[in-house]
Amino acid sequence: MAVVFERTKGLRPVSTHYCPGCTHGIIHRLTAEALEELGVLDRAIGVAPVGCSVLAYNYFNCDMQEAAHGRAPAVATGIKRVLPDKFVFTYQGDGDLASIGTAEVVHAAHRGENISIVFVNNAIYGMTGGQMAPTTLAGQRTTTSPLGRDPLHAGYPIRIAEMLAMIPGAAFIERVSVDSPANVRKAKKAIKRAFEIQLEGKGFSLVEVLSTCPTNWGIEPPLALKWLRENMIPYYPLGNFRDKTKEEATDE
Amino acid sequence: MAKILMKGNEAVGEAAIRAGCRFFFGYPITPQSELPEYMSLHLPKVGGVYLQAESEIAAINMVYGAAGCGARVMTGSSSPGIALKQEGISYMAGAELPCVIVNMMRGGPGLGSIQPAQSDYFQSTRGGGDGDYRLLVYAPASVQEMVDYVQIAFDKADKYRNPVLVVGDGVIGQMMEPVEFVSKPAENLPEKDWATTGTGGKREPNIINSLYLDAEKLERHNIHLSKKYSYMQENEQRWEATGLEGAELVIVAYGTTARIARSAMDNLNKKGWKIGLLRPITLWPFPEKGFQLLDETTKHLLVVEMSMGQMIDDVRIVNEGKRKIHFTGRSGGVIPSTSLIEEKILEILERSE
Ligand SMILES: Cc1ncc(C[n+]2csc(CCOP(=O)(O)OP(=O)(O)O)c2C)c(N)n1
Ligand code: SF4
Ligand SMILES: [Mg+2]
Repeated sequence: MAVVFERTKGLRPVSTHYCPGCTHGIIHRLTAEALEELGVLDRAIGVAPVGCSVLAYNYFNCDMQEAAHGRAPAVATGIKRVLPDKFVFTYQGDGDLASIGTAEVVHAAHRGENISIVFVNNAIYGMTGGQMAPTTLAGQRTTTSPLGRDPLHAGYPIRIAEMLAMIPGAAFIERVSVDSPANVRKAKKAIKRAFEIQLEGKGFSLVEVLSTCPTNWGIEPPLALKWLRENMIPYYPLGNFRDKTKEEATDE
Repeated sequence: MAKILMKGNEAVGEAAIRAGCRFFFGYPITPQSELPEYMSLHLPKVGGVYLQAESEIAAINMVYGAAGCGARVMTGSSSPGIALKQEGISYMAGAELPCVIVNMMRGGPGLGSIQPAQSDYFQSTRGGGDGDYRLLVYAPASVQEMVDYVQIAFDKADKYRNPVLVVGDGVIGQMMEPVEFVSKPAENLPEKDWATTGTGGKREPNIINSLYLDAEKLERHNIHLSKKYSYMQENEQRWEATGLEGAELVIVAYGTTARIARSAMDNLNKKGWKIGLLRPITLWPFPEKGFQLLDETTKHLLVVEMSMGQMIDDVRIVNEGKRKIHFTGRSGGVIPSTSLIEEKILEILERSE
């Protein structure tokens, strides 16, 4: 019988703890496939965040470090400075990266740190039970914005990809989504490209992946995908915000 | 090797490089800035990396990442900066990562002052971060001793897979003294086969982590750590004792304060008093074995600190109510004078006569 789909070697053969319908699982697979296809699994060191994906250190089939909340880019910096020839990536949620760890990610980008970041934006603090994140949309109800986020009180949702794209040290910044098979394919391509940027020694790369949290959004998984499409993508437009390699090509 | 004149902070940097430290992640703060300055100039010459972090929080987490790869790595700061590092220190203790942290203490609380102090004794020995963890804490009293203990600190960090803290104060960081770098052969240290350096396709992935979601597993981990700390308590206590025999009163002081106390002791002993000095070199483990050497003749212990009295708590614990405990000190960046100590001693002894 012909094999049409196999588990990537980038993931360990264990079941994950993610809720049914949560797209963290898809993003894990894409990340792991990229690691496998680029042949870097045996020289990769990943950094897991604090958030629903904290146990990523048990899932990715490579050396892993578990960082304090938001500090993954600093931890990755320490790793990369010791082992510049190894492949170093972080996997972080939006509370982790866009709130408590903003300083760490901004400065890692500013230093042009040659690391790659998979940034999972699900517009909520999943792990702690659905509190408001900096990325929570205006009007979105969460357990700490029970009447809907009021931007005049709680500020506007933060657009990380756009912000980081302005930083000279950032080499590759793209926003993708995993709400449809076509978008999943594009997401895979972007993650792989981000990883290649590191392998080419071009500097800091980050892919923001719009993701669902059916559990804390309180929406059935298929409707969660629809909610993402209809509410998140208009505010968080998909696309490439920075690709130094293309800029260099047009400079010539 | 001949002795050379060096500033405390710079000597710490040189000692670290000679101990094989190749990575330093820092952030400027008075009175320790000469340490990152020294490292930024000298580490690249030996193929190392100095990196200025965006904050002390980032710096200690860079140390975490580097230590997790098996590197000899250091960070340094002064009191408020060390406060910020507590998160990373606790994570490193939990994940059992070795590193050396230097604190050139200044006056607190808050922004405090930039003058020398010893008011981070609690912060150093009681764990400023969360959880059941301990640090090995060295408190050298001279630039030479700083140099010696930085080397020892790296070896002990590797031996125990635990962060080691070396505390000085603004005086030791800033003063110049002759030093000699004597490289001692390192202890027989274990392989760092736990480090995340890439599997190379040759082994299962290594994981650096301090999370144990299962309560029983975390308890087992804490019992394991606790056994390690007990072993350290048994084997790593260090102190210096002077004139304990026949002493009526023994001064307990560490670091710069111990040097001032020594002068006070000498002055009084010349006048016929019998004063001794017990100088803790390890703040944790606290050298209780040193206190077992106290003479029956000793009725009083005088604790002197550049703080409002913090180490005195540990002296009370090891004393077990046997002797009278007194305190004097200055804080906020004021250095206690020999006359302050002498007057206090005379007041104690004359009152009890
Ligand atoms: C210093 C610290 N503060 C708070 C927490 C609690 N905490 C754990 S996960 C989390 C939020 C994670 O949200 P996010 O990064 O969006 O990840 P998600 O779970 O949504 O994937 C918080 C606040 C913590 N572990 N450490
Ligand atoms: S809480 Fe949300 S983000 Fe976390 S696993 Fe469940 S669905 Fe996914
Ligand atoms: Mg989230």
